[in-house]
Amino acid sequence: MNPPAASAGPEQDLRPEQVISDVLADLPRHRGVVVDSPPGAGKSTLVVRAAAHIAATGEPLMIVAQTNEQVDDLVTRISGKHPHLSVGRLSAGGYVPPPRMLELPGVRFGTRIQDLGDPDIVIATADKWAWIGDRVWPWAIVDEAYQMRSDKLLRIAGSFERALFVGDPGQLDPFSIVDGDRWSGLSWDPLQSAVSVLLRHNPDLPVHRLPVSWRLPASAAPVVSRAFYPFTGFRAGTSDGDRRLELATGGMGTVHDRALEEAARSGWALLELPNRHTVRTDGEAVQAVALLAARLLQRGAVASSEQGERPVTADRIAVGAAHRDQVAAIRAAGLPAEITVDTANRLQGREYDVTIVLHPLSGRRDATAFHLESGRLCVLTSRHRHACVVVARAGIAELLDAHPSAEPVQLGVPVKFPDGWEANQSVLDHLSRHRV
Amino acid sequence: MSLLTSLARLRALEEGIAQPVATVRHCHLSARPMVFVPLKLSGEAAAPLAAMLGTERERPRLLVVTQPRNRDLRFAWAAELAGVLLPYIEGFLADTETVERRNADPYERAMDAPQLIVPNQGGVAFTRLLGRSTRFRRPDGPYPVPESVPVLGRWLTYFGERAAYPGSALMLAATEELGRHWASGQSGLEDANLAALLAWITTGPSEEAEDPLVWPPAGPATDPGFDAEVLAPAIESGKPERVAEALRTQLEPTWRLMWQAIDLLAGLPEGASAAQRWEQDRGSFSGMATHLAEGAPPQARRDGAVAAAARLARMERAQAAYDVQRAYDDPLVMAEYRLTGEAFAGEVVETDPDNTEGEGRSRKLRPLVVIKTDDPVRLPPGATLGTPQRRAQGAELVSAGEGLVTVKITKGMGRGRTAAPGAVPEVGERVCYTSLTDDFQGSPQLPEAEATPWTHGGPPQDYVPDDEDAQEEWS
Repeated sequence: MNPPAASAGPEQDLRPEQVISDVLADLPRHRGVVVDSPPGAGKSTLVVRAAAHIAATGEPLMIVAQTNEQVDDLVTRISGKHPHLSVGRLSAGGYVPPPRMLELPGVRFGTRIQDLGDPDIVIATADKWAWIGDRVWPWAIVDEAYQMRSDKLLRIAGSFERALFVGDPGQLDPFSIVDGDRWSGLSWDPLQSAVSVLLRHNPDLPVHRLPVSWRLPASAAPVVSRAFYPFTGFRAGTSDGDRRLELATGGMGTVHDRALEEAARSGWALLELPNRHTVRTDGEAVQAVALLAARLLQRGAVASSEQGERPVTADRIAVGAAHRDQVAAIRAAGLPAEITVDTANRLQGREYDVTIVLHPLSGRRDATAFHLESGRLCVLTSRHRHACVVVARAGIAELLDAHPSAEPVQLGVPVKFPDGWEANQSVLDHLSRHRV
Repeated sequence: MSLLTSLARLRALEEGIAQPVATVRHCHLSARPMVFVPLKLSGEAAAPLAAMLGTERERPRLLVVTQPRNRDLRFAWAAELAGVLLPYIEGFLADTETVERRNADPYERAMDAPQLIVPNQGGVAFTRLLGRSTRFRRPDGPYPVPESVPVLGRWLTYFGERAAYPGSALMLAATEELGRHWASGQSGLEDANLAALLAWITTGPSEEAEDPLVWPPAGPATDPGFDAEVLAPAIESGKPERVAEALRTQLEPTWRLMWQAIDLLAGLPEGASAAQRWEQDRGSFSGMATHLAEGAPPQARRDGAVAAAARLARMERAQAAYDVQRAYDDPLVMAEYRLTGEAFAGEVVETDPDNTEGEGRSRKLRPLVVIKTDDPVRLPPGATLGTPQRRAQGAELVSAGEGLVTVKITKGMGRGRTAAPGAVPEVGERVCYTSLTDDFQGSPQLPEAEATPWTHGGPPQDYVPDDEDAQEEWS
């Protein structure tokens, strides 16, 4: 493959295939192996490959994911790719499997290990695994390990001997509703991610990186890579011109139409509203987001890519915001129900053709750690295959200048990269070239 | 800051007086609280300088370290402090009740528990540091201390940790509690000044609150002007009475403010769930006393991996319960959730108390209630609901739109064929439903500390007391 020019990184020049075989070769040699995966770099493909690889050895395997949707998704993928493998899906009592999953061959459902027979692979959420105590698996795969809090890992780590940890270090860190300062600096801080705690206690474990994003277009990969993965970097799997977004009908020259045209042309657009301090559920911004989504559908966008040509239907569009009340307000503004509207936390790991983002700092008077968190902006700006439209009030650059990172420095806490303030500046700088 | 609190702060600024943000008191207030105002020596982390404390407002006890750099005097002061605090704490242990537990032996729970009230978060932090610096001391070996000092250290540590536990009232910071019930027109940082916050609540903002000559800082740090002009010469003079008198002038104003704060809080009726949380406090207090009596080692310097995860789980559970309970106890707190669409209130316009679901033996009473509301309802059909008016009941949202919400009562209807009188809201009644519910979900087992897995550094080393403990700096 011929990589387009991008910032250099250690594993940048490796082929993804090479990385996957390195990972598989490392598995029996180490107690744990970590794989960092930037957005859309084939993390799930890797998990499916590794699962089949381990299952082929005849040893039982447990897979840990973080949410029921992620578990269902993995079950579907594994069963689709390797129908001969038997898969047990463990769940809590209230779980109802989606109808499409009931027909999968070799998949059994149950709330207890005993209900599943003796499958090659058992999959459940970390929360569910914490209740399964009396058996030790020789192998485990932990998916979305950077979104998993280390106290969850503590509850299940006794259940496996060796594990492959896979996740995206650029997304949102786990959080808690209580103040965890008393543990900051401890190597087993329960609020840190499972991977940080694992690596602090086992610094010799190999860490691999998947070098190519198959999701992000050539217009987005360098921007996201530079802002959120400054030291490791990744590149797009496609090159300029491989992905195209076309609007079937002409525009009316409104700002919303022009923003969509800019996004279709360049992959990015910033719809800037007049500078003003607003409440979180900024009525004008919410209106703008809703209008953009509506116009995108009305104008009959068509996306063409290496996967062929298809219309951008409502289910291929996502709207992202920082807070739940913003999400509720956007939904209440009257969007088609098929359009996904959600917070950054819940958009993690998902993929769409076009995303419309309400900038976390839009209309704010201050830039708190929550709003500056690099993972939040990273999730919001890395869900799309074709284009991303950001809605924001003017004045974010000045707001950032007025609020340099001033979090107290805790002793013993490893410095975290990227810095949220810098990442915000970097993205904003790029967006300003696509301002409408 | 929520929208409602922002509004209250703006209104406070406009009207020049703090605005209530709660209609009931969300903390238990002891009939005999121990007011504790500690001071430390400037520039030192935990060198005690003085403390004023007591349970009666007319009889404060003043304890002073007349030469704070003298290590022996500091421990003598700690022993004096133990002489006041330990009898107060232990006085609550005699009167107990037996509590039956499912799957566990019954235990003895104190009928009442001690309550420490300090001026601010700084006071809590200093209490924790005092506990940290005294609990590892021993009455034998190098630098022996009076026997009561390590015991005091363990109690102070306990209270300091309990203060971080959501909803606990064993140790309160006056500014925190006042701030939970009133919104002033100043910033959160300024609210940490007890004199300023009390002025906002009672008479309106006052410049005197910022004047250290009128209202000296409420500790634990002292006013630098006082340090340089009064304290330093007094200490150098070598006359203990002079130091004590100087410090009394710094502590007495705060002492009066503390009781004023207590009076203000006592003026609010206690929230319905505060007693329940205090019951947990009493249980925790009795547990700590038993622990101490059984000769357990002092609390660890740091939480181990398992202990940290266990504490985090307990605190998260307590925080969630505290948030829900406050909303259920207080319509003004619930209003915040009504604004965000997580709750709605309105008048019942239609009921179907005899609605049933299922056939034959599995037939269940599921009354329907239609509520007219002006609130923005942002809950999806099928959402689980609770209501402050009927706490034992659970409900489910059937549909919402055009200002009308239909709710189905799904829990707490009993087995009868018809609803008990009063179980279903009547037409015309004002009700509130919310998706906040305080359903307890047990958390899964953690491994034993000895079985800490390799991902978390393996089993920790045991703590063995040694002479090194006495070598630690106490500053």
